[in-house]
Amino acid sequence: MKIILSTVAVLALGTAAQAETLRLLTWGGYAPDDVIAKFEAETGHTVEVTKSNNEEMIAKLRATNGGGFDLAQPSQDRIAGPQAEFGIYKPLDMAKIDTALFIPSMLSATEGNTTVDGAVYAVPHIWGTSGLVVNTAMAGSVKDYTDLCNADVAGKVSYRLKRPTLIGFAYAMGLDPFAAYGDEAAYKDIIDQVEAKLVECKAGVKTYWDGGDELKNLMRSGEVVASMAWDTGGWQLNDDNKDITFVAPASGALGWIDTFALPARGRADEAAYAWINFVMQPEIAAMITASAGNFTASQGGDADVDEALKAKYQASFPQAAIDNIKWYPSVPAGLEALEGAALDRINAAK
Amino acid sequence: MPVTDRSKLTFYLLLAPLLLWLVTLIILPHVGMFIVSLREKVGVREYETSFANYAVFFNEPLYWNTFARTAYMSIASTVLTLLIGFPISYYIAKLTRGRTKTTLFLMCLIPFWVSELVRTFGWMILLRETGVFSGVLQYVGLADAPVEMLYNDAAIMVGLVYTSMLFMVVPLVTTLDSLDDSLIEAGYDLGASGFAILREIVIPHAMPGIVSGCIVVFMLSLGNYLTPILLGGKDSLWFTGLIYSQFITRFNWELGSAFGFLLLGLSSLIVFVGLKLSRQSLGKTMAQT
Repeated sequence: MKIILSTVAVLALGTAAQAETLRLLTWGGYAPDDVIAKFEAETGHTVEVTKSNNEEMIAKLRATNGGGFDLAQPSQDRIAGPQAEFGIYKPLDMAKIDTALFIPSMLSATEGNTTVDGAVYAVPHIWGTSGLVVNTAMAGSVKDYTDLCNADVAGKVSYRLKRPTLIGFAYAMGLDPFAAYGDEAAYKDIIDQVEAKLVECKAGVKTYWDGGDELKNLMRSGEVVASMAWDTGGWQLNDDNKDITFVAPASGALGWIDTFALPARGRADEAAYAWINFVMQPEIAAMITASAGNFTASQGGDADVDEALKAKYQASFPQAAIDNIKWYPSVPAGLEALEGAALDRINAAK
Repeated sequence: MPVTDRSKLTFYLLLAPLLLWLVTLIILPHVGMFIVSLREKVGVREYETSFANYAVFFNEPLYWNTFARTAYMSIASTVLTLLIGFPISYYIAKLTRGRTKTTLFLMCLIPFWVSELVRTFGWMILLRETGVFSGVLQYVGLADAPVEMLYNDAAIMVGLVYTSMLFMVVPLVTTLDSLDDSLIEAGYDLGASGFAILREIVIPHAMPGIVSGCIVVFMLSLGNYLTPILLGGKDSLWFTGLIYSQFITRFNWELGSAFGFLLLGLSSLIVFVGLKLSRQSLGKTMAQT
């Protein structure tokens, strides 16, 4: 009943308000064509999709002071810092969002993490984890991030040279980077230790991957047998080769939530709110899960999801592994410069 | 309207597109970037004017070494391109006529009908461990295990030379075309060896073409982003890659702009030194090719 009501509400909104063009800045797979077609038919708004990633989203919005797009989907930990620094988002009007559509715990966690000066800047959309993708037939020894440095897989491992790698290695080394977020000196100490470890491991790395397709290519050809990657990447590879799958690392997978946030100078707020309320309906959320491969923060959105994906998810995540997920807290402004310098030095090391 | 006024108007009308291009697309962005590069970040949304970003480049050996590495790899690729491009251009300009000439010239151009990204992926398919070259080597028995040829400096070099070959061949063919064949014949008549003719007649005549080809190839290699990143893998440190990561992944536009200006200044300096060493002037080179 609730679903029907909200659909009706969306419909009423769409016909009453002027039809707008929604310029959506998002990730690959988050706005599949069938969902867009349905949304356009129901509301009269049109949708233009630009695919991007966290860093590029922030860089793009910073270049225009938050203009050029009407709705963006950065991860929840990357909102408060850039907002404090560059002011690229505007606060959400929670009255225009149908909060009943969201899983309550995820909604309140995201609100808490993205509150700046008392205003909420984001609501959750899609969540997932990053951990290890392993070819179990050839790299059975890899159980944690630091196992990527093992001698038996030397020359056949890959990871990204980005902040998740630093964080993952820190946890695997028994450190707690998230607890040190508030203390820059302690955090620097952790990053220094991770840097030394990653420099030591560099000889065994085949290449640092950049895009998801590049990694899939490397894993499929067997040139790489173990890598740090997103859960969906592992599950998709599992369709082609049963030996390859996603493994939640012993020290805990890293959990991320991609959100909806309004760019500061967006011009189609009505369409943006309509889109948020539209895609969070359980049956639409299931369509997006089918396309993106990750689950959504939609209440009941996992009910219609394909059984094969559910089975893979349960195989990778027994209850203990779910409880062990390390959710990214909000990154304080300034820490990223520290990490960047460490990544540059790792890249330059012989 | 008096004639002088009309010619003045024509002059300004013709000048307008050039000025518009120079001012809006080149000068203004550079001024903006220069101002950004002078901002030192002291806190959240707090900036001071200083040369701190430039000091970072000179104080951190990492950045300085990356620039040096980029510069000498670009010089090496320029020399290699010249060594490979010169015989090709000589053949096209002097030893072929009519249709063959056009066909050969066109074949140099064909790789440029697809984008640089596609060309680089082509090289990745050839060089990778499970790639074409590795497969052929194993098939003919020269290797007994897969050979990895990607992700090293040699792969970067191959990619750079391949990408910039055309820009060396075109100016060389143009200058070599203008060399009168009778000069070479006269050289032989006077009993000179092939090498002496190359050194005394062909190269001096082709010098403007060589210099302008080298400048273009050097600048293209130095400013290349895709080829070193994709083919070089984990050791692919390239200065443009550093600028990209400062702007996009580190949100540090101030340092990125400073790097951009340093790249502009230092590469101009290298070209200037190269011109002095070869005793050519930029004006002369550009006029003759």
